[in-house]
Amino acid sequence: MASDDLWILGIHMTKFGKHPDEDLVDLASEAVQGALADGGVTMADMGVIGAGNLMMAQAGIGQQVQKQLGQTGVPVYNVSNACATGATALRVACMAVKSGEADMGLAFGVEKLSGAGLLAGGSRKEESPTWTPSGRYGAVAPIDGRIGTEIMPGVFAQIGMEYGHRYGGTSFELFARISEKNHSHSTLNPKAAYSKKMSLEQIMGDIMIAYPNTRPMCSANCDGAAAAVVVSGAKLKTLSLEQQRRAVKIAASVLTTDPWEESCQILPDVNTLTRNAAVQAYEQAGIGPSDLDLVELHDCFATAELVHYDNLMLCETGGAVDFFNSGATWRDGSMPVNVSGGLESKGHPIGATGIANVWEVATHLRGEAGDRQIVGAKVGLAHVIGLGSACGVHILEKAA
Amino acid sequence: MAEQIPLVDYLVLGDEPHLVANQCTGCGARFFDRRNACASCGKTEFTKVGIDTTGEVRAFTIVSFAAPGVPVPYVAAMVDCGGTSVRGNLINVAPDPEHVSLGMKVRLATEVIGTDEQGTEAIGFGFEPVGG
Repeated sequence: MASDDLWILGIHMTKFGKHPDEDLVDLASEAVQGALADGGVTMADMGVIGAGNLMMAQAGIGQQVQKQLGQTGVPVYNVSNACATGATALRVACMAVKSGEADMGLAFGVEKLSGAGLLAGGSRKEESPTWTPSGRYGAVAPIDGRIGTEIMPGVFAQIGMEYGHRYGGTSFELFARISEKNHSHSTLNPKAAYSKKMSLEQIMGDIMIAYPNTRPMCSANCDGAAAAVVVSGAKLKTLSLEQQRRAVKIAASVLTTDPWEESCQILPDVNTLTRNAAVQAYEQAGIGPSDLDLVELHDCFATAELVHYDNLMLCETGGAVDFFNSGATWRDGSMPVNVSGGLESKGHPIGATGIANVWEVATHLRGEAGDRQIVGAKVGLAHVIGLGSACGVHILEKAA
Repeated sequence: MAEQIPLVDYLVLGDEPHLVANQCTGCGARFFDRRNACASCGKTEFTKVGIDTTGEVRAFTIVSFAAPGVPVPYVAAMVDCGGTSVRGNLINVAPDPEHVSLGMKVRLATEVIGTDEQGTEAIGFGFEPVGG
């Protein structure tokens, strides 16, 4: 291993779901203690902490966890970056270790979202008794629902529909079939918030949220946390052979934002920044998409999964519909995608998601994924999108 | 006739209602909001340009579940108006997949969204099918 390589030494994910008796600090602590134990290290070994949480971003979750697990005085970076919050926390640890400021770093992400409902679209408040222009559009009344939609299921519905307009082949049923795949995958994942198989008829017949996304085609709000310990290649060489054997190489760690495109301030462009992140990640890792054994991508809605097949270059440009219809992305296909069940069934505790998907990939590379193991997996990719936008891509490789 | 005020400042009322954008004098990028600078090239000078009132639906969704106080269902869309993308609802059309389709031709239309205590009408906009 090269001295300046980055490795995951330990990693852990809590069960996703309802945790009414545990607060944010409990959930984060469980993930952090799990990751430290997995890596055979302690808080005293951590030189930096990246702490991710979105809904309570002002609370300083990093220091709150230190106050339970170890106030070692090392720098904490509390980060919030929409649904890319966890990946951003991981990037903090990666950057600090890569730069040589620390030889080991901790990253964690945590969220409590059970029962949260719609997470955007709240700009429509009490209307004033007289019309008074305000804000950047000089609006005299709230515009959500009057000038398009702010709700996430509706925004991502349009993103999938736009792909269909551009390349053809999409339909309500096609998007529902993507959801059917992920719900089917989830039945093998004991840590998923929902692990119930759903038929196409059940999915299409469920409550419509924003056409073509019905409720089971939307990410599941839930509670959960995930944490990872990042170590430099130089430091890893000094650790035990068992620690070296179970370490997983971070072959690429990338975060991008959305570059300006003509329509990007009308409908968020989640495509360009994902493609940019993927290009950078494949270059860093020195591999191509065909080398991947599994992919965890950001299926916040069934309509989103489709476009990311294309954005991550898992298929030819414009070929995502044919690629899905070929069966490639089922767990027994040529490019298994979201074998965890994805955000639609595993769940989407926002701050945790960008580390939980790395945990899923790492667990397969270690051969420790149990019933859902992708046999012989050596390389995998984890992707998240935070609307606004931020995109995190990590490529992991099994230790040689 | 009651006094009128546009829902947003980029909607121009009158005999021929239309939308206006801030167009960057450097690169031509168009924006509907108040600008500090151009997100594409960073320049700070803009001119007002009128936007085509007809266009084509590039993406839509039919929202059935929304924040409290927002009537559903409604059709939210992105419309390509002569090369400029515009966000708006599709109106004067049944909000179901049988009546709304990708690529459909639409034109700008206005509607009264309410009247305040002074009797002033707020006028919003949407897009309606052409020749539907």
